[in-house]
Amino acid sequence: MSILIANGHLIDPASGISAQNDILIDGDTVAQIGNGLKGDMIIDATGMVVCPGLVDVHVHFREPGNESKETIATGSRAAARGGFTSVVTMPNTNPPIDNAGLMELVLRRARESACIRIWPAACATKERAGKEMTEMAELKAAGAVAVTDDGSDIDSSWVMRRVLEYADMCDLVYMAHCEDGTICKDGVMNEGYMSTKLGLPGMPKAMEEIAIERNIRLAAVTGAHIHIQHVTTADGIDIIRRAKARGIRVTCETAPHYWTLTDERVEGFDTNAKMNPPLREAVDVAAIKAGLADGTIDCIATDHAPHAFTEKDVEFQFAPFGIIGLETSLALTISELVDPGIISLEQAIKLMTCAPANVLGLPVGYIKEGGPADITIFDPKAEWTVEPDDFASRSRNTPFKGRKVRGLVKTTICAGKVVYNS
Amino acid sequence: MSESGKLNPQAGSVPDEVMSAEDMADAILDLSKAVVAKNPDIQSVVLLGILKRGLPLAERMAAHVEKMTGTRPPVGSLATTLYRDDLRAGLGHVKADTGTTHFAFSIDDKTVVLVDDVLAAGRTIRAAMDEVMDYGRPARIQLACLIDRGGRELPIQPDYLGRKVSPTPDQHISVRMVETDGHDAVILEDKTK
Amino acid sequence: MVAAKNTVWTRKDLVGIEDLSRDEIELILNTAPQFVAVSARESGIKKVPLLQGRLVVNWFHEPSTRTRTSFELAAKRLSADTLAITTSASSLVKGESLHDTLANIEAMHSDIIILRHSCAGAPQMLAERHPSHIINAGDGRHEHPTQALLDAFTMLEYVRELRGDPNATLDGIRVALIGDITHSRVARSNIWCLTKLGAKVVLCGPRTLLPPEAERMGVDVTTDLREAIHDANVIYALRIQLERQQSCLFPTLREYVRLFRIDSESLKVAPNDSLIMHPGPINRDIELAAEVADSPRSVVLKQVSNGISVRMAVMHLLVNSPKRPQTTEERAQ
Repeated sequence: MSILIANGHLIDPASGISAQNDILIDGDTVAQIGNGLKGDMIIDATGMVVCPGLVDVHVHFREPGNESKETIATGSRAAARGGFTSVVTMPNTNPPIDNAGLMELVLRRARESACIRIWPAACATKERAGKEMTEMAELKAAGAVAVTDDGSDIDSSWVMRRVLEYADMCDLVYMAHCEDGTICKDGVMNEGYMSTKLGLPGMPKAMEEIAIERNIRLAAVTGAHIHIQHVTTADGIDIIRRAKARGIRVTCETAPHYWTLTDERVEGFDTNAKMNPPLREAVDVAAIKAGLADGTIDCIATDHAPHAFTEKDVEFQFAPFGIIGLETSLALTISELVDPGIISLEQAIKLMTCAPANVLGLPVGYIKEGGPADITIFDPKAEWTVEPDDFASRSRNTPFKGRKVRGLVKTTICAGKVVYNS
Repeated sequence: MSESGKLNPQAGSVPDEVMSAEDMADAILDLSKAVVAKNPDIQSVVLLGILKRGLPLAERMAAHVEKMTGTRPPVGSLATTLYRDDLRAGLGHVKADTGTTHFAFSIDDKTVVLVDDVLAAGRTIRAAMDEVMDYGRPARIQLACLIDRGGRELPIQPDYLGRKVSPTPDQHISVRMVETDGHDAVILEDKTK
Repeated sequence: MVAAKNTVWTRKDLVGIEDLSRDEIELILNTAPQFVAVSARESGIKKVPLLQGRLVVNWFHEPSTRTRTSFELAAKRLSADTLAITTSASSLVKGESLHDTLANIEAMHSDIIILRHSCAGAPQMLAERHPSHIINAGDGRHEHPTQALLDAFTMLEYVRELRGDPNATLDGIRVALIGDITHSRVARSNIWCLTKLGAKVVLCGPRTLLPPEAERMGVDVTTDLREAIHDANVIYALRIQLERQQSCLFPTLREYVRLFRIDSESLKVAPNDSLIMHPGPINRDIELAAEVADSPRSVVLKQVSNGISVRMAVMHLLVNSPKRPQTTEERAQ
């Protein structure tokens, strides 16, 4: 049975199309793109935008080990509800994915329970301890799409250099969580006026920037491709901008909360404003927007980090870091970046489809005849209020409860199957 | 407020004078005479004025007593705010500027005469007695009031009384004194003001 | 006494000074003198019945003797029943959640909870979700509101006596806070309280113990003791924790003392009627030289006794304020 998506405005940044087009899906591939097409099941996309299924290269699905927060099943449903058809899962599970056996476990669980495509990353060092490399070649053969010790940085520059060389040999990108953990051990928010006022230990921006600088230099030395995760500061973006200008193989990502909120959101000690790296200041928000507009920031990634309510419902200093983001990412992109004219809708979709896919060379994030039928249909004008109890994620830790946003996913199709329909 | 005024109480905000300055002076003198008459051992008498107008009242009475007997009884003040039962029940507002309880003498074995301008429910006097008892053990406590407006909620009666007045429930009796308000008078006002 | 405005206390809790208005602070400071008299009764009973039958729970999640004793005495002088609970402040020891612990206490019909906790925001977190009246007795580095209130009360006493003006305020008074500002909740609460009351505040300490962008709280900042105290009406020394030396926050106590100790030598540049204050406990000869701590300019013990009166005022206002505006009669009295 073929599916026809009719009358929608097709935006496919990979091919540069932004025009009214129908799409005919047959099986798990796109059969035809054109106008006046015919199909068996018709999805009327009048007034909607039709784009490639969104791609998120940074999510935490907590399986194995912390299934009470999220599972591959619930995480994939949250992704589908947010318009995503491909996600790259981080390996800091319990146990961490540092060998082929665990990689196979994740892939099996994905086959059994995920409604969208799961692309797992593997640890770069054993147990994420930053000392011994994992068997990256075997992990890649088992299905790893990248290596990362996300959650922490690799403290030893010696180890980091060798990891980058080896990953490059295996044609794997190292996804870098940049944090110099020796500068501050007990920080829980950005160091600045807010942390002074609230009496909370702060994490200076330098902690992130020093690590970005170091990691980029090692990438330059080794010629490896390093992908800087969750950039949050103006100076950090500057470092990356200059490195790119010098031809160093660096890409980077940022998350919607970093352009929507500042550390002022911590006022009142809401633990849903606690994440690592932390919310920064207005000057950084401006730099992130500029970085997205001028292409310094390659893609948007949510760092979707679910935590159970009880875990977050504690004293601010004791709460775990992280917030969810899959189900609000598109709306925050449209409300805070597209509507105010900082980037165009086409650029926004690029940042969430072919750009993240290209960082890791994933064969998704585009719509082409003969290509995968991963399609998202959304209404860029629809206004809605964020209500966490409606989320498909198992967790509710978002700072956006009650926020009015624009941009609502209507239908998500993955490999030709409707995986979400509002 | 020059006339003792038979003004119509319904005429909005115009108060009605119930006692003139002369009336008050006579009443205060009578109160002082009564205290002297009832307390042959005048040396053991102390006057505690209940703030805020009870204090100037007590001072004037002390002056009269001195003229009559040659002995001026010591005078102190009682704030009673910390003993009010309505405050404990969260029914009343904390008054920050009533003044503080102050007396520089012992009350043990003394005849304490509480002095207040208006006696109504009796709760202020009960609070005053509770407070006095926390300071020592008087031989006896007596009560002198300029006005008794009725409306008792506790079994408390004055030993010495200036005048009994019977206002309606929506009328308010106010005592004005030179020391606190610039002039002497007892007036009746509508509460609805 | 300053003519009271018709300020009425409407808050359920006292979690910090930052959100209080000047009027609210002055209401507390104007309510406290009545309680000074209660504690000063020589022959009488040092008690009033304002909190009779109420239960005040001292919940100390971080150890303290002085603050706890002060609150306990204040409660007892208001005729309240008191209870002391200590729980562990370690994040490693996963016990009952804060919410559950409080719910259990409330099941015993408590009225006021005095909470000291090592985490900033803990009292606020509880106050938002529980019906108890919560008084913050210190939350991490964040605030210690009753300390700032008793400090302001003590400063006011001094200023009024010095000027012979019972209605004098702290407007224009210069206060120097000296020491480890970064880790001090006493400093933060004092900054809010004093700036709201119109005083000029200067912070002074080693660079390593001054928090970033502190000037944005409305204060001056310096690392030079001389500069801080040369025109100060009040010199307030903060406690330096000896463990800070280990985290490389200053090289040695020896050097700290040479640069920041308040002693007869450093006081040579200060006005000779400036007040010396300290929240206690004093590390003698470290923050304050012994002879300074014991001198007549030092009002450390006054702070302690004022602490009881101020805490009595706070507890009374929290529990006994009716949840309604004043009537015209009350305003006219």
